[in-house]
Amino acid sequence: MKILFPFFAVIALVLLVFAGVNMAGMYFLFGIVIPYAALVVFLIGVLYRVMKWGSSPVPFHIPTTCGQQKSLPWIKQNKIENPSGSLGVIVRMALEVLVFRSLFRNLKTELKDGKVVYGLEKWLWMAGLAFHWSFLIILVRHLRFFAENVPPVIKLIESLDSFLQVGVPLFYITDAVILVAVTYLFFRRVYIPQIKYISLAADHFPLFLILGIAISGVLMRYFFKVHIVGVKQLAMGLVSFKPSIPEGIGVLFYIHMFLISVLFAYFPFSKLMHMGGVFMSPTRNLANNSREVRHINPWNYPVHVHTYEEYENDFRDKMKKAGLPVEKE
Amino acid sequence: MYDSGKIIVGLIIFIALVTFPFYNNIGKVNAKPELKIDTPEIQKLPELERKCVEPKDFMRGGHMQLLNDWRDSVVRNGNRVYKNSANKDFNMSLQNECMRCHSNKKDFCDKCHNYMAVKPYCWDCHIAPKEKKP
Repeated sequence: MKILFPFFAVIALVLLVFAGVNMAGMYFLFGIVIPYAALVVFLIGVLYRVMKWGSSPVPFHIPTTCGQQKSLPWIKQNKIENPSGSLGVIVRMALEVLVFRSLFRNLKTELKDGKVVYGLEKWLWMAGLAFHWSFLIILVRHLRFFAENVPPVIKLIESLDSFLQVGVPLFYITDAVILVAVTYLFFRRVYIPQIKYISLAADHFPLFLILGIAISGVLMRYFFKVHIVGVKQLAMGLVSFKPSIPEGIGVLFYIHMFLISVLFAYFPFSKLMHMGGVFMSPTRNLANNSREVRHINPWNYPVHVHTYEEYENDFRDKMKKAGLPVEKE
Repeated sequence: MYDSGKIIVGLIIFIALVTFPFYNNIGKVNAKPELKIDTPEIQKLPELERKCVEPKDFMRGGHMQLLNDWRDSVVRNGNRVYKNSANKDFNMSLQNECMRCHSNKKDFCDKCHNYMAVKPYCWDCHIAPKEKKP
């Protein structure tokens, strides 16, 4: 159920757009209205979620660290794993965001002959990295559909991605990488019992959706051609707010674009918000300087403090009688 | 909002990245590529024979694969005869067959390729036709 429901949900989405475009001819809806709506939902949703997170107080200073804290001068500090200033935090965050540093530390715990043993477990890190980077490259590459004069950077990325010069249209390395990586990430959730147990429909749905997007894109590029110049006209129309529907693009393109629209619209409501969340996690983005700088809990309300002076005032006579030293006579 | 300075800067960067295609296109005119298929060579042909080796719909999406197959056939198998879907024979040659009619590379090939930012490597080996400057 946790797997089948999202799987058939994606199938249903594909059938929906197929029926909508091919039979009912709702080009305007699927080509213009839904992409715009999805982008608006995406932007507003992400802003809302991030600002809501920003409004939650962080009552405690809670960086999680795994290195020597800044201490006495002759103890060597681990400046990246246990940063004490902004620069260290920036480097640490950059490593986390760009190369998934904490996932790299992932370990596998196993019982062997009654003993607990820890082993390296890099597959998730590797597949995650391969998936995210190829997705980013694919996204950037698609900007060629959205600019009249394609910036040279995008052309460069595109030529690097296709430098193997296999077949025509040139085969993109990232197309293969993303398919393999997403497939691995899916099978991992099915194959490993513990992961299967904790996987929910909300984990499988984005995987199937992204797989659907990648497959429809691959089919469109290499196998069942669409009218590519028409695709660019449509895309340019959208981004210049003069939307139009060119003739004869092909239903595969509408499936591709609809699935992307669903992904964009689904984004703010889902686990995919880890894109913004990774920057917002206090366990990562705080410097471990709790001995230098006092972290003030924003929830703090004025607490009545009974000072020693007040205590002595209350009990001075008794203290004197008992022979205890007092500060004021 | 706590740390609003940093968060707002981050969000502005995010919005700037996402909306790049929109503000990048402000005030630019988007003309779709218009192909010219009125070269003298094509004009000479009788109306009914003005056909490419395969139907237009196939050529639009599949010309690159056709050319790739031609190259493999000629270079690797030495076979220069192409039988099209209407059972007509053609000489497999980019320079001598395709470009014979479509002698206007700039107004034919390059139009869409430039529009789509595609850079085919045909002309790494082949000699591009000389065109009169307009």
